[in-house]
Amino acid sequence: MELASLTDARLVARCRSGDEDAWRELVSRFSRYVYAISTQAFRLRQDDAEEVFQEVFARTYEYLDRLRDDEAIRPWIGQLTRRLCIDRLRAGGREELSGDEPASAGVDETMERLDEAFAVQEALASLSENCRDILDRFFAQDESYGTISAALDIPPGTIASRISRCLGKLREAFEGRKPTVEPSS
Amino acid sequence: MNAYHEERLAELIRSLPPVPEAWVRAAQELPFARQLLDDIVARAEADLEFRRALIADLEQALLAEGYEPDALPLEDLRRRLAD
Repeated sequence: MELASLTDARLVARCRSGDEDAWRELVSRFSRYVYAISTQAFRLRQDDAEEVFQEVFARTYEYLDRLRDDEAIRPWIGQLTRRLCIDRLRAGGREELSGDEPASAGVDETMERLDEAFAVQEALASLSENCRDILDRFFAQDESYGTISAALDIPPGTIASRISRCLGKLREAFEGRKPTVEPSS
Repeated sequence: MNAYHEERLAELIRSLPPVPEAWVRAAQELPFARQLLDDIVARAEADLEFRRALIADLEQALLAEGYEPDALPLEDLRRRLAD
């Protein structure tokens, strides 16, 4: 079975058994989510975001044996990232802090949006490689039709219709998975 | 597909842009690099000549012993050798 198609729980179990490829897949699976929390929910600078990113995965590896629920690794990583971002903001003294959270408006709303985006990313991973690639390049990587056309060797005139068709497939896949989304906040 | 779904899905895909590749690679290699680091430090504690070589020229000493310095957190290693 391909690592990319393993459930979170099975992937965590493989990581715990020392499977190096499984660990690489785990980092790859959650990397965008962690990065987005630090840069969008907490608006960290790139250097701070990088520190938090490395620390999140270092601690995840360290705590693999102590996770209570392997299937809940995504909300666990979300919470860990959130805590480390707050620590980073406190250490940098760049926020007026009161209570447990920095006074950044909209953190919860952004976390909710990123949880939903993660579910979409999971649905995206279930599509064909062509669809995955074209949607990711166009929307997430902000590539132009010309760049996509050259990279995937497809006529520029067909890209808009392929995107539309792939979005349709994504909607079907997403709606089929939607009930499984759990918030991390 | 109606316009709302299309726009919403597109917005959500945009919410998770790619991470710099070097960050991902470093996180993927970190646990194994730490294990290697532990091995090197243990070896340096047992072999004073190796330890002296590491302190004199870390990268050269690692290369001479077949390690790949680029794959290791060298600052961590320097700090641990200095302890």
